[in-house]
Amino acid sequence: MWSFSKIANSIHEWLSQTFNATWTTIIEMVIAGVAVISLFAVLGLVLVIMERKVSAWMQIRLGPNRVGPKGLLQSLADTLKLLVKEGMTPNGADKFLFNLAPYIAMIVAMLLLAPIAFAKDFQLWDLNIGVLYVSAISSISVISILMAGWASNNKYSLLGAMRSGAQIVSYELSAGLSVLSIVVLTGSLQLSEIVNSQANGWWIFKGHIPAIIAFITFIIAVTAETNRAPFDLAEAESELTAGFHTEYSGMKFALFFLAEYANVFIVCAIGATLFLGGWMPFHIGNWTGFNNIMDWIPSSIWFFGKTFFLIFLIMWFRWTFPRLRIDQLLNLEWKYLLPISMINILLVTAMAILKWHF
Amino acid sequence: MYRETQIVSDVSKVPLEGGEGTFTINVGPQHPATHGVLHLVITLNGETIINIEPHLGYIHRSIEKMCESLTYRQFIYVTSRMDYLSAHINNHACALCVEKGMQIEVPARAQVIRVLMDELTRIASHELWWGAMAMDVGAFTPFFHAFRERETINDIMEETCGARLTMNYMVPGGVMHDIHPNFQKRVKDFLQLYKSKIHEYDELVTGNIIFQNRMKGVGVLSAEDVISYGCTGPVARGSGVSCDIRKLYPYEIYDKLEFDEVLETAGDSFARYLVRLKEMNQSIRIVEQLIDNIPEGDFQAKTKAVLKLPKGEFYTRVETARGELGVYIVSEGGTTPYRIKFRSPGFSNLSILNHMVKGAKIGDLIAAMGTLDLVIPDIDR
Repeated sequence: MWSFSKIANSIHEWLSQTFNATWTTIIEMVIAGVAVISLFAVLGLVLVIMERKVSAWMQIRLGPNRVGPKGLLQSLADTLKLLVKEGMTPNGADKFLFNLAPYIAMIVAMLLLAPIAFAKDFQLWDLNIGVLYVSAISSISVISILMAGWASNNKYSLLGAMRSGAQIVSYELSAGLSVLSIVVLTGSLQLSEIVNSQANGWWIFKGHIPAIIAFITFIIAVTAETNRAPFDLAEAESELTAGFHTEYSGMKFALFFLAEYANVFIVCAIGATLFLGGWMPFHIGNWTGFNNIMDWIPSSIWFFGKTFFLIFLIMWFRWTFPRLRIDQLLNLEWKYLLPISMINILLVTAMAILKWHF
Repeated sequence: MYRETQIVSDVSKVPLEGGEGTFTINVGPQHPATHGVLHLVITLNGETIINIEPHLGYIHRSIEKMCESLTYRQFIYVTSRMDYLSAHINNHACALCVEKGMQIEVPARAQVIRVLMDELTRIASHELWWGAMAMDVGAFTPFFHAFRERETINDIMEETCGARLTMNYMVPGGVMHDIHPNFQKRVKDFLQLYKSKIHEYDELVTGNIIFQNRMKGVGVLSAEDVISYGCTGPVARGSGVSCDIRKLYPYEIYDKLEFDEVLETAGDSFARYLVRLKEMNQSIRIVEQLIDNIPEGDFQAKTKAVLKLPKGEFYTRVETARGELGVYIVSEGGTTPYRIKFRSPGFSNLSILNHMVKGAKIGDLIAAMGTLDLVIPDIDR
């Protein structure tokens, strides 16, 4: 059967037959790098058109429908436009930091794509501390936002950056704790191990109510971490015009934009991996026939299906909810989400020790 | 260095003067939340607002002066451009003032048509406000839901008046021409659409916990504040001050109609929000009473070709979607007014902004400013 792992293996076999070991590794790294960059670009295009279509659907509109079939090439046209636009650097801005910030945002998003298992046995880098790596690298994204806000020499940008700093640092805690609850259940930080542990059922089903609480906390926290509405205070169009990227234009703006969507994809992929079984198909107990049909669906489709379901959920939030105020946002985290996740992780630990989960 | 930001609940404790650690920020003249070219110079301490200074005049077109060189038939058209969301009601106020001076008797049919148009305008204006209000607090979708209904009203206006925004339908002595044959049917269609969709407004916005947290207890105005700043309309009624001109000083046929003056006592942003939502329902009630009872007869009184107001001063006031609009005409007996003064509701309502959100956060400023329902051309004229 066709699968990503088979393609990867055949490429590897062909390369190792043709070249020596060093060259094979180098060429494979180049291929992986190109694949990540193209995935990053394609994700940006797909998610932008998806967001525009989803928002149009919720707002009784048609959305983009002129460029390409059903407007599907609209974001390609937009990207072309942004590429040829002049990238302005405002007077009085710290030029080095101003120009560096969007690249940091992009590089962070690309680094995060490395440990994700896109399909069965198809992973760029299956490092044994995958979960730790993801939470560590994703914290760096706040630096790019702070840098952009500070270097722009614009008060709106600075306000947006300060908000975003407070927000991301706070919500990292709940996101980390809810991820930790799955780590406690699995006993491993390796993403492939976590997926394999869900072969007989996804954690959201196996983990009883604590896993569901952890899942909900995770979704809320990552929505805040990626600066998406209702937690989009760093951008807050109606308050701060565009927040930290007010002064950015052209491709530098586009990099922030793409990084935001890549981050949304990554957090949803992590959520799907941890709670919804990653590429594992949906199985019900002893229904062998049903399970076989589910197995027949390729693992990459399972992974991307789950991820895009979560992405849709986050888009749904954005087009339904009003924005929180900065103090309400921090109250929600420190007074509600953090205590809930702390108690929850105790419950999960007790559950893991007593083997109450399936 | 920035001082530690603290939430100041007592407005009097906020220092008026910007000290160390404060900075100013310009909101506007081009800003998504000012809905026009309003310019606010805000002094901030961190995110806390210390002082707001509105700068006006970016869209000043000297409408009052322009009116002095136009005849009594012509000047009404200029007033559509003041508060463009209640264009009908502006025209109505001017027509009433001229009729008062000329002592013109308006036919019953014209009166009913005028009131119908006024109320439809009020609904359309509140619909737009509702969408913009939700947008101010960060929800985009309600804007499109509001426009779905508002477009229907605009279509009705277009059919009967020939324009969608600046209708210029009211003339001294009645209305410009008779209603379109489809008018009644289309208004009934709109009523049906509105009633089938109004529950979405509550589900999408009013009942939303985030929205309520953003609105409740924010921008609280006491009845004394409202009276001393001269606020009118939903802003005053949100603080429990009865000021509906349609009830207190009825004009046209408002005294014969059954509708309630909506009053809320909380005085916060949410109260003002509720007043407007409920007012839409009251307007619907008025439209329902009138739509089947448009009397036959003339739509316009017989007037002279050239109108000349007798020497004297004339003042009328009406209730627009934003509050009390006063029209003051000084006549020397000629064909053009000697002096015209408009008392626009937006100007007085804007003046309370600083008092309202001092000590609050930037997000509160935007949300509270949304509940004032400012239309900038109305403030600048």
